Amino acid sequence: MSILEDKSLQDPPAIPAIFHGGPLIQTNAAITEPAWVRWLLIAIALGFLSLFLLLPLAAVFTEALRDGFGTYLTALKEPDAYSALKLTLLAAAIAVPLNLVFGVAAAWCISKFEFRGKQLLISLIDLPFSVSPVVAGLVYVLIFGAQGWAGSWFAEHDIKVIFAVPGIALATIFVTFPFIARELIPLMQEQGTDDEQAALTLGATGFKTFWRVTLPNIKWGLLYGVLLCNARAFGEFGAVSVVSGHIRGQTNTLPLHIEILYNEYAFAAAFAVASLLAGLALITLLLKSLLEWRYADQLAASRRH
Amino acid sequence: MADFSPPDSAVTHLPFRRRRAIPGFGLTLGITLSYLSLIVLIPLAGVFVKASGLGFEGLLHTLGSPRVLASLKLTFGSALVAALFNAFFGLLIAWVFVRYCFPGKRIFDAFIDLPFALPTAVAGIALTSLYGPNGWIGSLLSPLGIQVAYSPLGVIVAMTFISLPFVVRTVEPVLAEAERELEEAAATLGAGRWVTIRRVIFPTVLPALLTGAALAFARAVGEYGSIIFIAGNIPMVSEITPLLIIIKLEEFDYAGATAIAAAMLTLSFVLLLAVNILQAWTRRSARR
Repeated sequence: MSILEDKSLQDPPAIPAIFHGGPLIQTNAAITEPAWVRWLLIAIALGFLSLFLLLPLAAVFTEALRDGFGTYLTALKEPDAYSALKLTLLAAAIAVPLNLVFGVAAAWCISKFEFRGKQLLISLIDLPFSVSPVVAGLVYVLIFGAQGWAGSWFAEHDIKVIFAVPGIALATIFVTFPFIARELIPLMQEQGTDDEQAALTLGATGFKTFWRVTLPNIKWGLLYGVLLCNARAFGEFGAVSVVSGHIRGQTNTLPLHIEILYNEYAFAAAFAVASLLAGLALITLLLKSLLEWRYADQLAASRRH
Repeated sequence: MADFSPPDSAVTHLPFRRRRAIPGFGLTLGITLSYLSLIVLIPLAGVFVKASGLGFEGLLHTLGSPRVLASLKLTFGSALVAALFNAFFGLLIAWVFVRYCFPGKRIFDAFIDLPFALPTAVAGIALTSLYGPNGWIGSLLSPLGIQVAYSPLGVIVAMTFISLPFVVRTVEPVLAEAERELEEAAATLGAGRWVTIRRVIFPTVLPALLTGAALAFARAVGEYGSIIFIAGNIPMVSEITPLLIIIKLEEFDYAGATAIAAAMLTLSFVLLLAVNILQAWTRRSARR
């Protein structure tokens, strides 16, 4: 053990509070910058964030209410908007639970067991993040489309996948595939297997151990993953656009409805629907931040900021 | 790979796993591999099977056409600019949020993830209205002769927006865990602040910075929703590659769409590999 690693020889441990809301270490001038540099950097950072993040968000709500509140409500009450909302909810209601079961299963086998090819498996689970959403939609058209491999079989049995709800659900599942798994894997790896082994030694069954020991340990991480998964499921555009066929009132999700309205120059209506999704994004961010602040110790280490 | 879901009893005898008291390995690995294969691996493999059916000539015919080449140049060039832009500002933002304290920090910190939470179509129309000729920013820029919306510049703006959080979020934890003692040591040994930052802190965060930039680049290359509104989609000028796939599909040119998709997928794999290597490097340098 080198001197640097021997904790007893060091000063009090590094102050973790340097991250959020903690005191700025101003006492040691040698390892911080002059005040004017600090404030200049803060100004640049906040200026950049305001320009690129806050301004677009403000634009959504301003444009939505430009023609008054009445127009705003009319756009939301329109039957096409309503059926788009229903389809969006349905797609998320299919995709999120399936990815939840997958995420828990993947995190269980990856975090509780050692096996060859584990790192490869983790990389493959992340794969949908680096695939373009348009390509994600295309792969299902190639399989289930009229000219696809399985297309004729499904056509014979009168099952519509592409330009119908199953295709939209599949595309949504693909793009939201890694969210829950990648949230749980690092968390469950950190937690190890001690708790589960104790429960099993005391005679609990495997399922009971999962339900009573593991699940309470990972619940906030799970919720965090579901939150992100859900936000993406609601907002997915590229992949769904390829498989949906854009049939108004039937295979239009909310993001696709926005596109149609926008291309018809119904800007106020487009932004009204957009403001709904922006509101959902804000709620997601709020809940996500609350989880990070309240239950930081029960989220994966990379989320503890 | 798809049928690799042996029953539990068989798994315990597999040589590649150490015996553990915890149950459920076969079941969970079975679910994981089946689901992964059905949803992701087999469909993606289908693209390559279909693309290989086109033959080298066929692929070259599609990918070598001027319109596709122009779109590839635009997509990759803009994604690179956006990634570099975000690498610089992302590092600065991560630094400010880790090291300094200022009012409103928590709220701003929460907003950094907005591009992940905001649907891309919403971002697309919002950016277009901002940078359009009559928009808040566009009306300021147009007297200067700068046109952002409906030009390649708009593509860069949209890509910067959607890939903004990657660098910040990968650099932040590394910066937070960097040992202050090293900085103190550097200061003790007579290094000025700038030298310390350049020679001590920067090498520590470099792997994370590159990982973040690679992730941002990958996301920007594949992005569709936010770009098509602001880009104007003028062929040969501001038409991105994912849009070309959709155009080919709408023309029922499945072969052409597949060829472009296979090229983009190949790139995704290369990037994924690069990110994995970079992450391994990050872990190694963190341990040192």
